Amino acid sequence: MTGTDVKTILHKDIVKFIRECLKKDHPDSYLIAVLHKVQGRYGWLSEPHMAEVAQLLQVPTATVSGVATFYHFFRLRPRGRFAISVCLGTACFVRGADEIVEAFRSELGIGMGETTQDGLFSLETSRCLGVCALAPVVMINEKVYSKVTAKQVPELIRQMQEG
Amino acid sequence: MKRVNLFIDETAVTVEAGTTIMEAAETLGIRIPRLCYHPDLSIEGACRVCVVEVEGSRNFIPSCATPVQEGMRIRTNSPEIRQARRDLIELIIDNHPRECQTCERDGNCELQDLSYSLGVRERLFEGKRKRHDIESSSPSVIRDAEKCILCRRCIRVCSEVQGIHNLSQLYRGFDTVVAPAFESPMNDSVCIACGQCINVCPVASFLERPSTERVWEALADPSRHVVVQIAPSIRAAIGEGFGLPVGTPATGQTITALRRLGFDVVFDTNFGADLTIVEEAHEFLGRLESGRNLPMLTSCSPGWIKFLEHFYPELIPNASSCKSPMQMLSTLTKTFYAEKTGIDPARIFMVGVMPCTAKKFEIERPEHFHPSGYPYTDAVLTTRETIWMIKAYGIDFTKLPDGEFDVPLGFSSGAGDIFGTTGGVMEAALRTAAEKLTGKPLEKLEFTEVRAVEGLREASFELAGKTLNVAVANGLNNAKILLERVKSGEKSYHLLELMACPGGCIGGGGQPYPPEGHYVLDPEVIRLRARALYDIDEAKKVRKSHENPYIQKLYQEFLGEAGGSKSHELLHTTYTPRTPRGIK
Ligand code: FES
Ligand code: FES
Repeated sequence: MTGTDVKTILHKDIVKFIRECLKKDHPDSYLIAVLHKVQGRYGWLSEPHMAEVAQLLQVPTATVSGVATFYHFFRLRPRGRFAISVCLGTACFVRGADEIVEAFRSELGIGMGETTQDGLFSLETSRCLGVCALAPVVMINEKVYSKVTAKQVPELIRQMQEG
Repeated sequence: MKRVNLFIDETAVTVEAGTTIMEAAETLGIRIPRLCYHPDLSIEGACRVCVVEVEGSRNFIPSCATPVQEGMRIRTNSPEIRQARRDLIELIIDNHPRECQTCERDGNCELQDLSYSLGVRERLFEGKRKRHDIESSSPSVIRDAEKCILCRRCIRVCSEVQGIHNLSQLYRGFDTVVAPAFESPMNDSVCIACGQCINVCPVASFLERPSTERVWEALADPSRHVVVQIAPSIRAAIGEGFGLPVGTPATGQTITALRRLGFDVVFDTNFGADLTIVEEAHEFLGRLESGRNLPMLTSCSPGWIKFLEHFYPELIPNASSCKSPMQMLSTLTKTFYAEKTGIDPARIFMVGVMPCTAKKFEIERPEHFHPSGYPYTDAVLTTRETIWMIKAYGIDFTKLPDGEFDVPLGFSSGAGDIFGTTGGVMEAALRTAAEKLTGKPLEKLEFTEVRAVEGLREASFELAGKTLNVAVANGLNNAKILLERVKSGEKSYHLLELMACPGGCIGGGGQPYPPEGHYVLDPEVIRLRARALYDIDEAKKVRKSHENPYIQKLYQEFLGEAGGSKSHELLHTTYTPRTPRGIK
C-alpha cells in the first residue's frame, strides 16, 4: 500500500505529510505528529484511519493503537454534537469543577473522553482557559459558560437537548 | 575486553564490562529472582522483582537492566531487599485473580513460584482488581487479560523473534491491557497462531485453545473409530513432561501411552512427511525445469503459511502446493485407509498430536474439509495437552514398554523424523531431489550445511551440473530477511525452507514448558531435542523418503504417480491473501 497510485481514505494533505516523513531518518518517530494531523482534520482517530497510517508509515498497527490509546490527547471516538469541556485549571478546580464533572458524568452516563450513544454529547476536561475570573467555567463547543454550579448541569443538558 | 571487579554478597568477582548485575551474580551461582526478564529478548525492566542493593545508591537497582561498574558492592539478599521483592510480588498478586487451583498453569506458573520462594504468605494490599473477559476467537490462542501481569514478554517475542508485532500495550495505568491493535479479537488480527506468546507467558494469560474434552469424548464414544498421529518433534520433547532428561527420544512409550488412552490406531505424521517429500521433490524438479515460481517455499508450517498470507501475499505463487504432512496423513486416513478397511470415513475421528498451536487453525481452514463436509483432522492436541491427558489418566509414562506404530501409515524413513527440526525438511528434500536429479544414489546422506541452528542458513550445491541455491530460516524475523532478499532480487534461490518457530517444530508453541534449569526457547533445549531426532534418523535403515516401501506401495495401489491427478486432488492445497495486512 505504499505506492503512490493506491487509493487512500486519508486526506491527501495527510498522505503527503506521511510521504515526506518517509524520506527522513526514522520515519516511525513521526507517528505522533501524523496522528495529530489526522485528529486535527477529522476531530478523532478512527480505526480505518489509524490502520491506514500504519500501512503508509509502515509502523505496526498495534504500535499505532498503543500510542493512540496511551495519550489522553487523542480522541478514539467522534466528539458529540455538543462537545462539553469542563475546565480543571486551579481556579476552576478550587471552585468545585470536580463536582461539575461528576454531575455531567452521572447525568449523561458517560465517562471522560466518551460520547453518548445518540452522538449528542461528549465529555472532556481542559486546562486553564485563561478566564479564571469567571471560574468555574465550562466550554460547550465554542461557547464559554461562567460560574457554573453542579446544580445547573441538568438544566444545561435539557437546553441543549431541546436544541 | 575490559574487565570489571566488584563484590556480590561480599564475594569478589571479575566479569567483562557490559555484563549486567544479574549475569554477574549467575557466575557466582546466585540466581536473582526475575519475572519480566528473558535472556533472548530485549530488556524491559518492567517488574522490578530483580532488585538488588548497591552500596552508595539511594534506590534499589533492577539487576537485569544494570551493567556492573568497577568497585560496586552489591547485596542480593539483605532483609530490605527480601522485603522489597516480597512487596512487589504481593502488589502483582493483588491485581491478579486468585484462582490458582482452577488455573491451567497451577503448579507451572512463574508468579506462583516466585510468590512461594520469596515467602509471600499473606496479602497486605488487597484492593481494586482489573476485570477482563477471556478472548477466545482464535482457534489457536486464547487471551486472558485478567491474569496478565504486564511483563511484556509476549509483546517482545511477537515482535523481536516473530516480526509480527501483533501485540501492544494499550491504554495506561490501571486500564493497561496487552492486546492486538484496537483490542481486536485475535482471530481478526495479524496473529499467525504460532503460540510463542503462550510459551513465554509466565502466567496463564495466553493459552492454547483446548481440545482435550472433545478428544476424551471421542475416545469414550464406541461408534467412533479414533485415530491418532504424532508429529516428528513430539517424540523428542514429550518425555520432558514426565521428568525425562531433555532430548530423550520417547517414540515407543508415546505410542503405548496413546493406546492406553484408548486410541484405536496410532499412525505417524512422519509417513505424511515422507509423502510430502516425494510430492514436493516432484513439484520442485518441475519448477526447476520450467524456471517458474522459483524459489519454491516449503509449506509444512501452518504458522509460516498464515504469515505468508498476511505479510507476503505476493509470494503465494511461490509456496509449494503440498499439504502439510499432518494434513496429508489425515486425508489418506479418511480416504485410502477408510477404503481399505471398509470403515465409514464419517465415523473416523482423527487426532493430531502436534508441537504447534497453528495446527489448530490449519484444520479449520476450509481447504481441509472433505467435500461431504467433515474435516480431515478433527482435533489437534499440543504436546502439553497430550502430556496432561496421559497424566490425567494416571498412566505412568516412564514405566511403559515401547509400542509400534500401525502400518501402513505409521512406517517412515529417517528423513521423516528430521522434519521436526530446522533444516530437516530441506535435508529430507535434498536427499530425494539430489538422487532424482543425478540419477545416482547419494554417498553422504547428511546435509549438515542446512541445519540452521542460528536461525538462518544459506548453502549451494552442485547437482548434475546445476548450482542449487537453498536457504533455511526459522523464526519469522529470519524468514523476512530471506523473503526481502527474494523480492529485491539480491539473491536467486531455488528452494527455501521456512518454519515459524525458533528451531523449527521442536521449538513449537505447543511444546512443554521448560523443565527446571532451562528457560523458554533455551537454545540448549532446542539443540538437545534436535539431537534426539538426528539420532533416530541415523539409527534407521531407510533414510530417504522415496525409499519408504509403504510410500512406494501407496503410489502403486492408490495414488498413481507423484504429482498425478489423484495426488493433486488429495494431497495439494491452496492459499489466500489475508487481512489485516501485516506490516513488514
Ligand atoms: S482555571 Fe479555569 S479558566 Fe483558569
Ligand atoms: S526481571 Fe528485572 S525488572 Fe523484571
